[in-house]
Amino acid sequence: MTDAAMALLLARSQFAFTVSFHFIFPAFSIGLASYLAVLEGLWLKTGQDTYLVLYRYWLKIFAIAFAMGVVSGIVMSYQFGTNWSVFSDRVGPVIGPLMAYEVLTAFFLEAGFLGVMLFGMKKVGPKLHFAATLAVAVGTFISAFWILSANSWMQTPQGHEINAVGQFVPGESWLTIIFNPSFPYRLVHTVIGAYLTTALVVGAVGAWHLLKGHDDPAVRRMFSMAMWMAALVAPVQIIAGDMHGLNTLEHQPAKVMAMEGHYRGHDHGAPLILFGLPSNAKEKVDYSIEIPKASSLILKHDANAPLAGLNSVARADWPPVPIVFWSFRIMVGLGLLMAALGLFSLFARWRHMLYDNRLLHRFALAMGPAGFVAVIAGWVTTEVGRQPFTVYGLLRTSDSVSPLASPAVGTSLLAFVVTYFTVFATGTFYIIRLMDRPPAVAEPEPEHAPIRTAGITPAPAVATNGEQGRNSDGD
Amino acid sequence: MEINFDLATIWAFIIAFAVLAYVVMDGFDLGIGILFPSLKVGPERDAAMNSIAPVWDGNETWLVLGGGGLMAAFPLAYAIVLPALYAPLIAMLLGLVLRGVAFEFRWRDPRHRPAWDMAFFIGSLVAALAQGITLGALLQGITIAGRGYAGGWWDWLTPFTLLTGGSVAVGYALLGSCWLIWKAEGGLQRDAFRHARWLGAALVAAIALVSAATPFLEAKYYQRWFEWPGVLATAQIPLLVAIITVLFFISLRRHHERAPFLLALALFGLSALGLAISIWPDVVPGRVSIWQAAAPERSQIFMLIGAAIMVPIILIYTGWAYWVFRGKVGHHGYH
Repeated sequence: MTDAAMALLLARSQFAFTVSFHFIFPAFSIGLASYLAVLEGLWLKTGQDTYLVLYRYWLKIFAIAFAMGVVSGIVMSYQFGTNWSVFSDRVGPVIGPLMAYEVLTAFFLEAGFLGVMLFGMKKVGPKLHFAATLAVAVGTFISAFWILSANSWMQTPQGHEINAVGQFVPGESWLTIIFNPSFPYRLVHTVIGAYLTTALVVGAVGAWHLLKGHDDPAVRRMFSMAMWMAALVAPVQIIAGDMHGLNTLEHQPAKVMAMEGHYRGHDHGAPLILFGLPSNAKEKVDYSIEIPKASSLILKHDANAPLAGLNSVARADWPPVPIVFWSFRIMVGLGLLMAALGLFSLFARWRHMLYDNRLLHRFALAMGPAGFVAVIAGWVTTEVGRQPFTVYGLLRTSDSVSPLASPAVGTSLLAFVVTYFTVFATGTFYIIRLMDRPPAVAEPEPEHAPIRTAGITPAPAVATNGEQGRNSDGD
Repeated sequence: MEINFDLATIWAFIIAFAVLAYVVMDGFDLGIGILFPSLKVGPERDAAMNSIAPVWDGNETWLVLGGGGLMAAFPLAYAIVLPALYAPLIAMLLGLVLRGVAFEFRWRDPRHRPAWDMAFFIGSLVAALAQGITLGALLQGITIAGRGYAGGWWDWLTPFTLLTGGSVAVGYALLGSCWLIWKAEGGLQRDAFRHARWLGAALVAAIALVSAATPFLEAKYYQRWFEWPGVLATAQIPLLVAIITVLFFISLRRHHERAPFLLALALFGLSALGLAISIWPDVVPGRVSIWQAAAPERSQIFMLIGAAIMVPIILIYTGWAYWVFRGKVGHHGYH
């Protein structure tokens, strides 16, 4: 391998590593910020302490996850320049402004109000504090909007021109660039994915405490809310994913061929390959288990519709098929399990066993990390499926990389791996330790820790609950 | 030097504003990290940490705006500068990771608090050094070919860049100690006064050294500073530095609580002005001008609309967030 090829491989590994790690935290904090806003809103509306207890419980976890998201995100904003400088030069005029809008409309909003959200309850009172929580929640969504618009433009570029020095520059309308063909689908699918991820975590924590016998109103409330989310949103996500897939078929057919493992075209209905071992060398899927014509039925809504295969695409333009094939199956499989969990919870709710069915609780506990795995698998599917291009069909990944020496990239990759595993594994451990404690009316804090939201109860609850108020409301 | 207010110029000012805002806001908060080992374990360290806990995240966002804005408004400069400064920038990012998580982690694990305090210190120090080295490496010149960086991956390391790295770290530590003078009480404030005295002297010495070395890096810098009649204007800057320095030490002697912080910021402001005099109108000093690196008008106008609307709003709510946490920091954050 030449030094340039090695540097390219290392730069790709570094981006994949840092972005995958980063993505875990926003996938959680987008949903959690909204959940916190819902909890605080319900607390203000009903005055029930259960919601405040849950708010404070999840706020501590949010603080850690958000901090990890922030610091791993700052890394991303510089990775484009350090490792992908040619990409930055050529594509900066189009996606740079989208990312600048993300900073201006989202990052500052989140960061500006986070301090008040975490530490300011006593200072500003419940109403303004709720506004701060809302600002953070809205900020996480706006952030997803812009970064996914930029990412979607790389997948389905449109509305640009190419100037004399080979840069992609904006055409007549920015709206054409922002609302490129894959953006609405990717935005909906990703944001729902983030909500589901959070719901599964909240559900698993609730299930854990139910299994351990901490059956109290706050635990019940969080488990019930999470199971409603799983039951209602998982089916919606499957539909959204299907529509996203059809959109991909239209604009990036090679990606779908890789997802499906279709090396060869089928004139009279393509089979759905459930499992198998795709091999680029043999240009076929070994040991495949297939459902005849089912792929055409899903993708074309006609069992006999012809579907082209990778043999219609130049070999140099193939994505790495096995990775895409497998990551797609992991995502879909977990999505189906999430829908199953939701259905199970509906059944248990109907039979009044939601808080008693230990099998349901074990299932919910096991599904706790499923959202993260599914989100990363989905991300891998769409990003690896875009290869070998950074701007689909127009700019190759190999033509995007910085002029770097491989020892420099290798050393920094090693530094990232060591730091991230140490720091983020520790953070995750702290989060899990917080989750292991049941929610309590007086959330314990170490000595001298900054006060978060303790000691504040809204007007309706003040009469019955003082600082050491008991958990008076039932479920 | 003449300034036409075209789009590229406006964007140069916006990016410069973002970088300056970053230095003003994150400078003191990195500085507290640098001072951390000198603070007494227990209530003093906790109070110092709590004095910045509500605002550090917003402060660092200016760094993202500086980087992201550079990519959007001057993509060519972003593409040349970042690979040239590969090692210090990666080190800075890792430093920011370590110190950023320490804000939460130290409370979650009392047994390992000393380790996270150390991470907070090392991360802050590395980030400050890396930023100073970046500045020095930009000033001393970057090798380019075509539209990319063409130098080696150790070019950034010279005695001059080490000097600028150390200077920025000293300056941030000074800002940190002045912030504590403002926000802290008792022993912590006394210690802060003591540190501010020698750090102030060290920073003024560092400014003098960097200023003395810079004109000899490039002929253009020398002309800017010393050629008649421009020298009449440029000579005002060292004069102002001298005046501010005197005021700074007087304010320390009289135990003013806010003036030292504001005067230390003024020293940073004058240093920034000095830099601007040296490099204007280049975005990669001595190599690429802001007009050569500028993104097309459509990109810059689109962003300008966003920046014109959002930056004032951001300043308002950032100001509000600082206002909410005004006053002295107690043992449990603000009281």
